[in-house]
Amino acid sequence: MVAATYQLKRADFIFKNENDWEKVLSKTLESEPRELINELMSSELKGRGGAGFPTGLKWKLSSEEKSKTKYVICNADEGEPGTFKDREILTKVPYKVLTAMAVCGHVIGSGKGYIYLRGEYKFLVPDLEKAIKEFEYYCKEIGFKFTIDIFMGSGAYICGEETALFESMEGKRGEPRNKPPFPTSIGYMNEPTVINNVETLAHTYTIFKYGSKKFYDLGVQYSRGSKLFSVSGDTPKPGIYELELGMSLQDFVSEFGDGDTKAVQVGGASGFLVPRKRFEETTIGFQGKLTGISLPTGGSMMLFNSSRSMFNVLDNYLDFFNEESCGQCSPCRVGCQQLLKGIKAVKRGEKTALYLDKLLKLSETMQMTAKCGLGQSVGNSFSSIVENFREEMIY
Amino acid sequence: MNPVKDLIKTLADEHGRSRENLLPILQGVVEKEKYLTEYSMVEIARELDLPAAEVFGTATFYSFLEHKKMGQYVIRICKTITCAMKGKNQVLLAIQDMLKIGIGETTPDGKFSLLETNCLGWCHKAPAMLVNDDVHTELTPESIREILSSYMKK
Repeated sequence: MVAATYQLKRADFIFKNENDWEKVLSKTLESEPRELINELMSSELKGRGGAGFPTGLKWKLSSEEKSKTKYVICNADEGEPGTFKDREILTKVPYKVLTAMAVCGHVIGSGKGYIYLRGEYKFLVPDLEKAIKEFEYYCKEIGFKFTIDIFMGSGAYICGEETALFESMEGKRGEPRNKPPFPTSIGYMNEPTVINNVETLAHTYTIFKYGSKKFYDLGVQYSRGSKLFSVSGDTPKPGIYELELGMSLQDFVSEFGDGDTKAVQVGGASGFLVPRKRFEETTIGFQGKLTGISLPTGGSMMLFNSSRSMFNVLDNYLDFFNEESCGQCSPCRVGCQQLLKGIKAVKRGEKTALYLDKLLKLSETMQMTAKCGLGQSVGNSFSSIVENFREEMIY
Repeated sequence: MNPVKDLIKTLADEHGRSRENLLPILQGVVEKEKYLTEYSMVEIARELDLPAAEVFGTATFYSFLEHKKMGQYVIRICKTITCAMKGKNQVLLAIQDMLKIGIGETTPDGKFSLLETNCLGWCHKAPAMLVNDDVHTELTPESIREILSSYMKK
């Protein structure tokens, strides 16, 4: 763990209003794909959706595929509770995302991009379509073949999981596939596909414009660059903030807490709950086990003060997972149901407190055996809440 | 001819008749009709030359593709953690008091349906709800009355 001496540092790249996307696009397209991949690799940018896969490597793997048809997909199915940054990016700086998609197309050899937009954000469509139209017009003007379509989701959290998203785009139930094969070789329509989170794409814009060093210089080892944080809950200033990675949770709470912060949920319902006594030792970045492990979104920070019942919080999460589990694999389908039923039974006194240990074992089994990130990460919030606030589960 | 049948044909002409066009077509029907009837699902299956079970299986997976009769305005109030913490229940009570319907019900005049939904992505402005595609945030029992009144007048 990094020592907790790191100060909260604000950054301002994503939302910086830069009206130069045409210049950035045409200049970047002049570079060889290999140079651009190297630039991304040396920035050490990792996926901002939560899973943290190195973006440069993703583009590289896809570029090495022989297929004639490839796809670039922007994952805007932002569904993790407590996350709302992608909507803001698509509202305020859509051209950065579109430019990054086209550059990705240039790097991997693809002429087709899609934005998978969650149904809840349908109101964004008119403005986004206008931006795409203007963008495509410019691409045509400079002789670069790339088109972008919006594909609407219809209210399914699981479709933020990349392979479930492909299934959904192919007109099927959004049920995740087995991995491997990975999307870089077999993705949408079984063709090589790069699928990136909205924020990840916006960061590549910064990297292509300013060079990788500017990005690499932010953050700490293994967690380079800045990241958008969606701050909500018991805080006097909820909103979206771009911060350097590597901060200690204590510094974060000093800045955003209401003076009575009891716990912080890092990474949404699929992330971890950190109690007050662990604020000092917890840092936010990829290196620790904290922040968005392997699920669709990252950057969710929900603060709870001492007026909140952690039982109610867990009950709410489990109800969420219970509804959003795709039902395909039994560990997740049955596991979510039993965890929810189980904590209610303990609370009502129908089961003894020891039953919580059985439930913890069940959540461990789900972590090991569920097919995708959803089922695997239910245990994150479950175990971190039950272990740290056991008495609140019982009484 | 049957208007739903016409609508499905128009949508298929616009989007295409391959499997990957299924979701946009289902969404198009829901946008116009508010929900999918068994008839419209069978009709889509026929138009796209798919087994009806596949269409039904896909349609019922997605929470925004309703297959129960819905009113003209579908209210979806967020019940996930931050909205729940910031007074969603009081807002819900105000809605139920005003419309005299429970969750999952539609007003007798067919104007409103009331549903709960999962995280809408407005946690920093909780509690939030959708009325069809329109977003309303920072709801209070007072503001909800004004909002619903404006839809009643439409």
